[in-house]
Amino acid sequence: MSDLHRLTIAQAGERLARGDLSARELTDATLARIAATEPAVHSFITVTADLAREQADAADARRRRGEALGPLDGIPLAIKDVIHVRGVRSTAGSQILGDFIAPFDATVSARLRAAGAVCVGKANCDEFAMGSSTENSSFGASRNPWDLERVPGGSSGGSASAVAACQALGSLGTDTGGSIRQPAGCCGVVGLKPTYGRVSRYGVIAYASSLDQVGPLARTVDDCATLLQVLAGHDPADSTSSRHPVPDYRALLRRDVRGLRLALPREYFTEGMQPEVEQSVRTAVRQLESLGARVEEVSLPHSKYAIAAYYLIATAEASSNLARYDGVRYGARETDAANLLEMYRKTRDHGFGAEVKRRIMLGTYALSAGYYDAYYLKAQRVRTLIRHDFMEVFATHDAIVTPTAPSTAFRLGEKTADPLQMYLSDIFTISVNLAGLPGLVVPCGLDASGLPVGLQIVTRPFEEETALQLGHAYEQATDWHRRVPTGIAA
Amino acid sequence: MKYEPVIGLEVHAELLTESKIFCGCSTKFGAPPNHNTCPVCVALPGVLPVLNRRVVDYAIRLGLATHCTVAPSSRWARKNYFYPDLPKGYQISQYELPICTEGYVDVKLDGESKRVRLTRIHMEEDTGKNIHDAHSDASLVDFNRCGVPLLEIVSEPDIRSPEEASAYLRALRAILQYLEVCDGNMEEGSFRCDANVSIRPVGATELGTKVEIKNMNSFRNVERAIAYEIERQAETLDAGGRLVQETRLWDPDREVTRSMRSKESAHDYRYFPEPDLLPLEVGPEWIAEVRAALPELPAERGERFVREHGLPAYDAEVLTARKDVADYFEEALRAHGNAKSISNWVMGEILRLIRERRLDDALVIRDWPVAPAALAALVKLIDDGTISGKIAKTVFEEMLASGAAPEAIVREKGLTQVSDDGPILAAIDQVLAANPDKVAEYRGGKDKLMGFFVGQVMKGTGGKANPGKVNELLKARLSG
Repeated sequence: MSDLHRLTIAQAGERLARGDLSARELTDATLARIAATEPAVHSFITVTADLAREQADAADARRRRGEALGPLDGIPLAIKDVIHVRGVRSTAGSQILGDFIAPFDATVSARLRAAGAVCVGKANCDEFAMGSSTENSSFGASRNPWDLERVPGGSSGGSASAVAACQALGSLGTDTGGSIRQPAGCCGVVGLKPTYGRVSRYGVIAYASSLDQVGPLARTVDDCATLLQVLAGHDPADSTSSRHPVPDYRALLRRDVRGLRLALPREYFTEGMQPEVEQSVRTAVRQLESLGARVEEVSLPHSKYAIAAYYLIATAEASSNLARYDGVRYGARETDAANLLEMYRKTRDHGFGAEVKRRIMLGTYALSAGYYDAYYLKAQRVRTLIRHDFMEVFATHDAIVTPTAPSTAFRLGEKTADPLQMYLSDIFTISVNLAGLPGLVVPCGLDASGLPVGLQIVTRPFEEETALQLGHAYEQATDWHRRVPTGIAA
Repeated sequence: MKYEPVIGLEVHAELLTESKIFCGCSTKFGAPPNHNTCPVCVALPGVLPVLNRRVVDYAIRLGLATHCTVAPSSRWARKNYFYPDLPKGYQISQYELPICTEGYVDVKLDGESKRVRLTRIHMEEDTGKNIHDAHSDASLVDFNRCGVPLLEIVSEPDIRSPEEASAYLRALRAILQYLEVCDGNMEEGSFRCDANVSIRPVGATELGTKVEIKNMNSFRNVERAIAYEIERQAETLDAGGRLVQETRLWDPDREVTRSMRSKESAHDYRYFPEPDLLPLEVGPEWIAEVRAALPELPAERGERFVREHGLPAYDAEVLTARKDVADYFEEALRAHGNAKSISNWVMGEILRLIRERRLDDALVIRDWPVAPAALAALVKLIDDGTISGKIAKTVFEEMLASGAAPEAIVREKGLTQVSDDGPILAAIDQVLAANPDKVAEYRGGKDKLMGFFVGQVMKGTGGKANPGKVNELLKARLSG
């Protein structure tokens, strides 16, 4: 087998431009890699081999005519299965969507399509993006390429494992409470959750509308910048998408980090976290310091309320967002019902998994008459306080640096019996969603078992370029991103 | 015991925008089922709403016309409940912060003016329609109406009788029609009304137990349903019973209200702010722009009718109560400048027929068989002496029936008024010759017989004789 699948987007782009590699060759190599590794890793719900070859041939034809579209033209990517790709089924990891075929492209898919990218498949995820391990996918869990007995993280676990296992050169995930960053950390890849509103949500199956955000995963910071460039920007179809101008991310990548002021929040180094995680992160911070950044310890005092607030706001929105899966217009329907109410009950009982039902019930409760003020409204107030915490730090600092998760990838089944333990996997990422900030995760070490550790860099709203700049500088000074997963054949 | 009814109305007005409130689909009524739909309005996974700014324009328009405060920042909210005609499982509406608050509508009833205060006006989307197939046990859903914009107009409980309720509804509908934001068709459901009715002993200040009445699709039904409900509540209390807070449906066939659901089984709609839409900011420029483009409203138009056309205030008020009627009047007036005479025809004949034919709930005057120019032509025929006012009524009936022009009817039926002395004198002589005893009595001082002679002469000329001329010539002959 060739090692074409190991190329980064930037490397592949150069070779495609030089003409010593065709998009079809690259796509065939990627599909061959998927065929070889998928039985072990299971990153995909749907592999779109025919679509990929068709798109690759079209890319090659464009290049032959001298009409190549840019750095993503002919690049094989994976797309999380909550994001619509026209003509391909979207399951969101759920049985309730049945064989729902997306009749339109999500705005991000349309943007990738317009940039010439090749879609190799729809990546596995926790059902409706609810989970931290992909174990809630009704299509079976994905595996961590570093250790097949372990989870890849979630909910965008398939997007992360596909990139780590070289089944795609990059991917799209979504992040509501850490769903891009936590799996990126678990799988030793780079993942970026952009500012809320930076990337359109149109055509993305909603979990929690005020928190959901689409973002890229790749093997280098540079590649994430390339992907973000295509994804970012206002979309008239998404009223919450921002008109803030989109900078040239790659051009700003190589700026010197000397003089940047970094904040290290003491609430993010908690008792009970895995010691190697703390060590790796502190070492990474020292490395950034040695590159000329200034580091200071700060406090984000309301961090401890983040998980509670998140599980009220996110579930409240989810309880409403998931009401449309009622068996009436599309998706699975239980026909063995005496009346309308029974049809609803049976359809939703059989169609949704346990975690989704748990969150719908939680959210329904939080919004109920007599409880709204004590739960939903109070959680919104906490959210405001958390945002203020961050903005106060950003008045004097350019970025906040934290661990991505309290531990490295856990074993399959280790936390499925205890939802609260599972929820704590997102303790360091959730606040960033509540505050609507951008967060980048880069690999920064391996624990004693050889599992990746992720460093999270959080910046001001719409300052993704600063996070990318820091991540890139760190990457240039270290080689964690070049480490190859040990759980599968290289 | 004597009771005082306390009534508040909630009106849903479907807006006349080209497209739906959150997507680009057409709002046209009557398309084949599910023709006017797209991924957004049937709630496919992943879709998002985008606000149609026209809807906001219309809401501000109504807010200004009803003296409301227009909120600089209002919010969208989700109203959650399951029903097949509600594809998202929630309706996007406004809840805590509506676009308009604290306005009023002045209502005229029996010459008295009454102010009904408005609590709020808010924007929301309409639902689809469930259709229960009569030939099988299947239920079908048509989403054409789903996402059509609505304004919900909530009044304070200021209304005290069924007649006031319907007068308020007519006044509100007139405003909506004048603003050209809603066609006000109750039968087609583009103007719908629910009523909150309670009663209390006369003199009491505390409110009684409130009952909500639904399913009243005409002004007449609103009046009758409220009247029935007041009666029912009074009878219940007088018999020592207790009223329960509930929703009741009006049954127009049996003319009763029936309990639909009690307060306990009322939905918990779990309202919360809609995260897919930003708060709606309406700056002073936007309000000023809408204000500048506000059309003339009923009261202003009435004043103008008095001033410009010299109409009595009563005529002006009746004519301007409906925009289409006022438009009809002014168009006729442009063709023939006799305002009072045209006003008499519109008020006397046209409005009488609209009432008799119960066409008041739907907008019909644009489909009226007698065009404004035709009515003007008819009045002109009277004014220039071609026909008498009496013959004109016959011509009008014929115009209604056949749609023909008045001149043509007069010509074909030979209805032209006879003013020449010759034929009239001939008829007079015939009548006098046939009634010598009556002539003697008249000449003996029985003046009242003049009416008899005129009637006989008119009869003799087939009604075509000029009545003035008949009078004149008769008097001369009889005194001769």
